[in-house]
Amino acid sequence: MSVTPQDVEKVALLARLAISESDLPEVTERFSRVLNLVDELNTIDTESVTPMSNPHDMEQRLRPDIVTRDDNRKALMASAPAQEQGYFLVPKVID
Amino acid sequence: MSWEIVMGLEVHLQLATQSKIFSGSSTQFGASPNVQADAVDLGMPGMLPVLNEEAVRHAVTFGLGIGARIGQRSVFDRKNYFYPDLPKGYQVSQFFAPIVCEGIFEVPLENGSLYPIRITRAHLEEDAGKSVHDEFAHETGIDLNRAGTPLLEIVTEPDFRSAEQAVAYLKALHSLVTYLGISDGNMAEGSMRCDINISLRKQGSDELGTRTEIKNVNSFRFVERAIHSEYERQAEILERGGAITQETRLYDADQDTTRSMRSKEVANDYRYFPEPDLLPILIDEAYIDAVRQSLPELPTAKRERFLAEYGVSEYDASLLVPNHDMADYFESVARASGAAKLAANWILGDLSAALNRHELSITESPISAERLSGLVSRVEDGTLSSKLAKQVFDALWQGEGDADQIIAARGLKQVSDSSALEAMVTEVIANNPDQVAQYIAADEAKRKKLSGFFVGQIMKASQGQANPQMINQLLLEKLESQS
Amino acid sequence: MAENALLTAPVSKLKQLLGDGTVSSEELTKAYLAQIAAENASLNAVVTVCAEEALASAREADAQIARGTTRSLTGIPLLHKDIFCTEGVRTTCGSRMLESFVPAYDATVVTKMKAEGAVMLGKCNMDEFAMGSSNETSFFGPVKNPWNLSCVPGGSSGGSAAALASGMAPLVTGTDTGGSIRQPASLCGVTGLKPTYGRVSRLGIIAFASSLDQAGPMARTAEDCALALTAMSGIDPGDSTSADISVPDFHSALSTDVNGLRIGLPREYFNDDLDSRVRENVMAALAELERAGAILHDIDLPHSHYAIATYYVIAPAEASANLARYDGVRFGYRCDAPADLEDLYQRSRSEGFGEEVQRRILVGTYALSAGFYDAYFNKAQQVRRVITEDFQRAFEHVDVIAGPAAPGVAFPFGSKQQDPIAMYMEDIYTLAVNLAGLPGLSTPAGLIDGMPVGLQLIGKPFDEQTILNAAFRLQNDTDWHLACPDLASLSS
Repeated sequence: MSVTPQDVEKVALLARLAISESDLPEVTERFSRVLNLVDELNTIDTESVTPMSNPHDMEQRLRPDIVTRDDNRKALMASAPAQEQGYFLVPKVID
Repeated sequence: MSWEIVMGLEVHLQLATQSKIFSGSSTQFGASPNVQADAVDLGMPGMLPVLNEEAVRHAVTFGLGIGARIGQRSVFDRKNYFYPDLPKGYQVSQFFAPIVCEGIFEVPLENGSLYPIRITRAHLEEDAGKSVHDEFAHETGIDLNRAGTPLLEIVTEPDFRSAEQAVAYLKALHSLVTYLGISDGNMAEGSMRCDINISLRKQGSDELGTRTEIKNVNSFRFVERAIHSEYERQAEILERGGAITQETRLYDADQDTTRSMRSKEVANDYRYFPEPDLLPILIDEAYIDAVRQSLPELPTAKRERFLAEYGVSEYDASLLVPNHDMADYFESVARASGAAKLAANWILGDLSAALNRHELSITESPISAERLSGLVSRVEDGTLSSKLAKQVFDALWQGEGDADQIIAARGLKQVSDSSALEAMVTEVIANNPDQVAQYIAADEAKRKKLSGFFVGQIMKASQGQANPQMINQLLLEKLESQS
Repeated sequence: MAENALLTAPVSKLKQLLGDGTVSSEELTKAYLAQIAAENASLNAVVTVCAEEALASAREADAQIARGTTRSLTGIPLLHKDIFCTEGVRTTCGSRMLESFVPAYDATVVTKMKAEGAVMLGKCNMDEFAMGSSNETSFFGPVKNPWNLSCVPGGSSGGSAAALASGMAPLVTGTDTGGSIRQPASLCGVTGLKPTYGRVSRLGIIAFASSLDQAGPMARTAEDCALALTAMSGIDPGDSTSADISVPDFHSALSTDVNGLRIGLPREYFNDDLDSRVRENVMAALAELERAGAILHDIDLPHSHYAIATYYVIAPAEASANLARYDGVRFGYRCDAPADLEDLYQRSRSEGFGEEVQRRILVGTYALSAGFYDAYFNKAQQVRRVITEDFQRAFEHVDVIAGPAAPGVAFPFGSKQQDPIAMYMEDIYTLAVNLAGLPGLSTPAGLIDGMPVGLQLIGKPFDEQTILNAAFRLQNDTDWHLACPDLASLSS
């Protein structure tokens, strides 16, 4: 299956990636090649096969409800690109 | 034209746990920004979730509380979207296989009847953080303390036809989850937040109209007002032949209107898929049985029991039962005093008024159930008149000891000794010959009114301690004998 | 002992030298740091060197050796792939996005290696976010293959493999999502082991595709890999997918006995598409095992063909979500002067991520989007089960499955970079092992025109021991694993 530049732009917006006008044709072409590769999946019958999300049939382990973390804000926010008064900052958001 | 409103509700309930659903950070409300967000909550590279057992238990408890089917194999999924308060760029939720499946929740209405609401599902998920808009001039601050708080999202079928039903459901739900102990139900702190899906259709129609979703309404009063305001808006559009746009709206309490949310303008495609960092939750019959064994008495059952066991009125029961602590308090007072009706009167009357005045909850009451039952007992056995009892109540509130101590210390005992009372009556009659003459001259109706004067004089002279019933009796006898 | 011999000695030998006092950990550490200083300019295998910290922990190790309180790796220098978070040490994942990211925590693997006494020298270059098979996608520039500087080292753990092969460390760690340990091990002539999914904790390893990622060791010998695997493995309460299964002492359980070992050769791997010279080398290695008593069987893995398509839906889909956290808000790269929130997101991500990473995010986003989930993601998860069941059936008849680790030897820079599909084919023999969550290793199987080629051995779930034993026997009987690039000629 091949995709159009508009398809790619739509997906790019969902993924929050900006693709420049000049790159768009090549991105679309390579994207289509990958899709052609994976389209091979359509040639196998998987009726009634249970999808497999994880290699092993294990179940979720549960953690006791205990507070184990202390305030480590200073170290954790050390890599923050913009912060003030303990908040991470982003450009003004209007709901 | 007449429009029928059709609504379904989605309630986000914060589950009462010490730590977050996927990390060991505290869930306590009100900390400084980001001090309760660890590397997992911040979505730092390489961090992985591990599920809190208490969150699972609370979800199953809820499911059993409404008699729903429990998903024996439930799975977490990632819900993908970008927002600054969503640290990982996805919310871990349950989309394909929720932990609580279909059930019916019977909502008590004011008239005492039960209104069944179909619960579609309830699933576990993590809360997002908070965006703070007013702290900074040109920026929005992000506080991720709330990120990762366990939520149970409870989804209903579109079974509501009025705002009153919706509010009744939310109140009953609030009551249920606090009874179950799975949430603190603190609405002011966002423990219960409601999304309302609303559409209108012509009366008698079976088809559903286009719906809007009002997000994050967090009080019963606002739910009611938001529904009314959205009804008006949609009806107005439909009346002039317009079409409703399917969109997410926000209720603005200050303006009492709903408005479209700009941030949700980009059409979302959540791309749900099974969360590969977590494995399926398997719940067996033994686990379900153990949770079922630990279920407390639920509001509906308690209400029935209060009517039968204590003989309280339907109305009193509807006020006592919804708040679990209130119901427990009542039951303690009723049992200890043996005077259930009187206990209900005091709790719903003076005590509730005082608590409201001081903005206290029943658990914060300065008067313990034991002390109130001491007061109720002294009223019941005639030691205290209602007037004296109010004095004792105030003293109890001030922490001056228990009822008997206060009665002794203040000498408040009701005087019921007939010879002492007789002397008082005789004295009052002797001191007020004019009023006695008026009484004798008056007809039956007027006499009743005039006797009040004498009772008042006697109560004043006895500093309120005279037994009013006995005074009435004696006064009547004396005055009759004068005429 | 000559400097050069130290740099090419296996861990087992170094342990002996440390134990008998021939060499101190400080001396060893200095020797490797010197080698990094000398060769990294031409190889670009290491992105961060922690000389001070390394020397301090080497001295601490020497003190422990003196006190006789050693652990399994006390005093052994080690390089971690830069995908393992290291507390206080920059962790880049080969990306501009994390160019200056300093974690506040160690990955469990890092903690465990530290606890066993290993001395961390620094962090290895890698394909950006482990997406690549040539190490050409790194923001920090490509890694060169020490066997031929004009060729790639493989990827994504190419920095680790090249560092090991060039004597910068005797032991390195890697991660393998679709072949990222085995393929570079093959291309650089070292032994690399991808354990069973769940054997090693993923906590603190920067995620690419969560249901496929697995960390493992690369070393000069299978014996060293056994030693390192024992140190790295085990259930981790912080990783829900780490397996609650006991960890044997792989090292002390090593055995050269392969008598009666049934080795399956999938017809689908040894078909006409296989490069004839690779076939020759792989078959020569298998003939050695046959001579030692192993029995070779032809087997079928009928759905092998679908592994590439399946992998290139599942891995990008999981990656598209795993990489959504890089949004310029809490850590990592943020674009200059964002106009608004959308601008912040889009520019931070498209400036912070390289081309291959963006392509995979796009493909993964597409495969999960409305209307395509069933046709792509759900379908791929179904085929994943079909492929896994192929292996399960095969393992009813054989103990080990063998094949090439890569379709060829190291290739020249730029030769596959323009064609994503050609690059994806590099992992054609390794991807299915990740889909099925099986253990696999690559062990050297001689040279083709002076460049190494690897034999891949695939085991049953949690049976790393059997493939380690087979490689151990092969390395006992042959000296392919001892072949080294000419270190003396590297810097010239």
